Amino acid sequence: MGNTLRGDKAPQRIIQTISIIGVAIMLFILFFLVKESIPILKEVSIFQLLFGMEWYPTYDPPDYGMFPLIVGSLSVTLAASILAVPLSIMLAVFISEICPRKLKELLKPVIEILGFFPSVVLGFIGMVVLAPWMIQHLEAYSGLNLLNAAFLMGIMIIPTVTSLAEDSLASIPKDLRDASYALGATRLETITKVVLPAALPGILQAVLLGVMRAIGETMVVLMAAGGAAIIPLSLTDPVRPLTSTIASEMGETPVGSIHYHALFFAGLLLLLLTLGLNLLAMFIERRARRLRA
Amino acid sequence: MNTRLIKDKIATGILWASMALVCFILAGIILFLVSKGWSAISWSFLTEPPRNQMTEGGIFTPLVGTLQLIVVSMAFAFPVGVFTAVYLVEYAKDDIFTRLLRLAVRSLAGVPSVVYGLFGLSFFVIFLKIGASLLSAGLTLGCLALPVIVGASESALMAVPQDYRDASYAMGATRWQTIRKVVLPAAFPSIITGAILSVGRVAGETAPIIFTGAAFFAPNIAKSLFDQVMALPYHILVLATAGTNIDKTRPIQYGTTLVLLALVLGITLIGVIWRAHLRGRNQSLK
Repeated sequence: MGNTLRGDKAPQRIIQTISIIGVAIMLFILFFLVKESIPILKEVSIFQLLFGMEWYPTYDPPDYGMFPLIVGSLSVTLAASILAVPLSIMLAVFISEICPRKLKELLKPVIEILGFFPSVVLGFIGMVVLAPWMIQHLEAYSGLNLLNAAFLMGIMIIPTVTSLAEDSLASIPKDLRDASYALGATRLETITKVVLPAALPGILQAVLLGVMRAIGETMVVLMAAGGAAIIPLSLTDPVRPLTSTIASEMGETPVGSIHYHALFFAGLLLLLLTLGLNLLAMFIERRARRLRA
Repeated sequence: MNTRLIKDKIATGILWASMALVCFILAGIILFLVSKGWSAISWSFLTEPPRNQMTEGGIFTPLVGTLQLIVVSMAFAFPVGVFTAVYLVEYAKDDIFTRLLRLAVRSLAGVPSVVYGLFGLSFFVIFLKIGASLLSAGLTLGCLALPVIVGASESALMAVPQDYRDASYAMGATRWQTIRKVVLPAAFPSIITGAILSVGRVAGETAPIIFTGAAFFAPNIAKSLFDQVMALPYHILVLATAGTNIDKTRPIQYGTTLVLLALVLGITLIGVIWRAHLRGRNQSLK
């Protein structure tokens, strides 16, 4: 008996030790990105990095101004969110409030599968379908531009936002809806005045996580955004977000060069942005749970 | 009264339209790729390596490379992910370590894929001196899959009724015996479906492998963990953006894209259908 009990302690220790790996990976990611970013700060001031207007890392002398890249990331993300967030929330409301049950059982997996679409496939669609279409119909100078990437990125975030928003809508108790109907409200009135306000924290969280996914999206912007490090003045201007800059330049720069460290700094910016959004979403979730309790 | 009902009808119509629009986009993309890529696919396309600077031949090398990456990433992420979930569900007390672990797993799920690529490059490739290889790329993908597997395994373990554990303890079993002989077997099918879904994610990822081990071109499939590999997603990127004959290789690009899409959606579909089946069975058990 004593032996079995002693034998019971060992598995627990081993399992706990294995689970440390998850914490270690997260800490290592932070540590290595910071470590590889520090050398660039010795060469260029942080103000110059964040607000410099010129990104010419291979010129002599090189320029490492990331402002156009940051604006590139934010502009594509904003445009994608404007396109996809209202549609996703409408879709979530449809699935949770209107959809017949049979259709719902089909639709939810379909949305989930859309979320598994490889981004390189969508980027390819942007190159061969959207780009020629834009040149023909929007008189765009180049078909690879902000709007093209925003469309594709919108498709990428629809599943994330829809399924999380739908979860939040589905968790609203049926009593609330019944009370509203009993007062003579129509379905639309019940949705806009009762269900949506009650589900607001969850929907906000869904939007934040969708934005987080969009900022970190790489292949779509690498293939469809055009890649010019300029501040976009119209929707059909090409842009070069942080993610595609890293993906396209890291392969061509020597390990340990200033350019290499500059790209790690760009990665650190992305990591901090997405971590911030993630933490904000967690904070909202926790507050909503406490309010409900 | 009347306008309220009309408004309600209009809103219902708009919501139906939003559903139709999303289905239309999804179906449009799939049908477009099938119609364009179907003619390129043949048995020899799948079993021959790329030839003549990738302007001819098939996709055997990148297809096998993608499968190898899946195996390496799962060999790392599956055991670590499942044991992490076991710890969180079966052992964890509400202490600092548990909170840190939960925070880390949630944060990992949000890390952009290109940042995983940078981490893989600086940690596996350079710091551990593994070099750009199948092993580095596979481990990088494994880190990315880890939070997905932890999440799926956690819900699988939590779905095992407490009665099962109580019954096992009542027979005098220890905690580990209960986990190994009762909880894990009961949760295993659901854990596997979670792993299948994470394979779907891993197979389609490009950004994490670009600088950790994916080869622009490799004459042969990787024979050891330290060789570089070609991979389907990276192959599409290379053919579509960096090749010297972008227009000439369009048919190959469509074919490769269709194969990748079929692989990823096929894996995902199996996972989703199996999971639905398991949920149905669990419901009837209760």
